[in-house]
Amino acid sequence: MDQLPALAKVFSYLSLLTIGGGMAAFPELKTLVVAVHHWLTDAQLIHIYSVGQMAPGPNMMMVAAVGVGVAGIPGAFVATLAFFVPTGLLTFGVGRLWNRLANWPWRTSIQKGLAPVAIGLAVAGTLTLAHGAITNWITIAIGVVIFAATLRTKINPALLILGGAVVGGIALR
Amino acid sequence: MSDQSPAATAAAPTREPPSVIDVFVTFLIIGATSFGGGVVAYLRSALVSKKQWLSDVEFLELMSISNTLPGLNATNMSILAGDRMRGAVGSVAAMLGMCLPGFVFMTVSGILYGHHGDRTLVTAMLKGVAAAAVGLIGATWYQIGKKTVSGFYDAFFILAAVLGINYFKLGVPVTLLAVGAVAIYAYRPHTPRADHAKEEFHQWISSLR
Repeated sequence: MDQLPALAKVFSYLSLLTIGGGMAAFPELKTLVVAVHHWLTDAQLIHIYSVGQMAPGPNMMMVAAVGVGVAGIPGAFVATLAFFVPTGLLTFGVGRLWNRLANWPWRTSIQKGLAPVAIGLAVAGTLTLAHGAITNWITIAIGVVIFAATLRTKINPALLILGGAVVGGIALR
Repeated sequence: MSDQSPAATAAAPTREPPSVIDVFVTFLIIGATSFGGGVVAYLRSALVSKKQWLSDVEFLELMSISNTLPGLNATNMSILAGDRMRGAVGSVAAMLGMCLPGFVFMTVSGILYGHHGDRTLVTAMLKGVAAAAVGLIGATWYQIGKKTVSGFYDAFFILAAVLGINYFKLGVPVTLLAVGAVAIYAYRPHTPRADHAKEEFHQWISSLR
C-alpha cells in the first residue's frame, strides 16, 4: 500500500513519453520498474509486457498487471489511472482547442517532425525488449516466423502470440 | 475502404448524437475485440463505416491530433471521438469502454502471474510469448514505417533516436527532446520541406473525399 504514491508517480511520468505509442516508453519503463524500484526483475517485466500484447484494447494495459503485483487490486487501479488520466486530460483539452490550432503553421511541423522520432523510439523500445526476449535460436525462430506471419497473413495477432506460447512451452523448458 | 458513397462520408452527416450508453457499449465492444495494436482499424470500421458517427475526414483529423500528442492512439481517439459525440461525458464513457476489457484481462493475468509465474512450464511458455511479441511489434512498426518514412531526413531521425537510447543510453526523455526538437526545426514553417509536407497532407485528405 505504501507503494501507491510511487506507482502513481512512475506511471503518470511514463505516460508523457508515449509519443506514437506505448513502445516508446519501454526503455524508461524498464529502468524505473526494474532498476530504480525493484518491483519486477528484467525477465518478469518482459513476461508481463509480452502477455500485454495478448490483451484486447489499448496495448499498454500491462500497467494494471504491474500495479496488481506491487500493491494488489488498488495498485492496478492506481497504475492504470495514473497512466491514462493525465495524457487523457491533455488530449481532451487540445481536442477542444484544435479549431484554433488548425491554421497554426507549426502544427504541420510538429506532426511531420515527430513522425520519424516516434518510429525511432518504437524501434529502440523493440530492440530493448528483444535484448531480453531473444536469447537462443528457438526464440530467434519464433520471432522471425511471427514477424513474417504478421506481414503476410491476416491471422489474429492474439492467436500468433498464443502460438508462441505453445512452441515455447514445448521447446523452451 | 468504406462501402459508403464518397459524398455520404465526406459531408459531415447531420445526425442525432448517439446516447451515452450507445457510445459506451460501442467502445466496450471495440475494447474487447481489438488485438495487437490494431485498434485504429477497428475504430474506423465501427465509427465511420458502420455507425457513421464520424466522416472519414473527421476521423483523419482526430487521428492527426492523436498522433501528435502523448498517450496511446486507442485512448486518445476514444477521448476525441467521445467528445465530438457527447461532450465530456461521452469522452469518459468512450475511454472507460475502451479500457475496461483489457484492464480486467491484465489484472487477472497479473494475479495469476504472481501465483504461478515461476512454474517451469509457465516460464517456458512466457519465453515463447515474449519472442512472439518481438516479432509482432517489429512487424507492426515496419508497416507503419513503410507508410510514413520518406527520404534521408526521416531515416536520419529514426537512426538518431535508436542510437540515443540503445547505444548512447541517453534515456527516453533526453532523446525525445533533443531529436524531437531538431526534427521539428527541420520541418519548420515556410521551408520547402514543410511546404512539401503540407501539400502532401492536403492531397491525402482530398483523396479521401
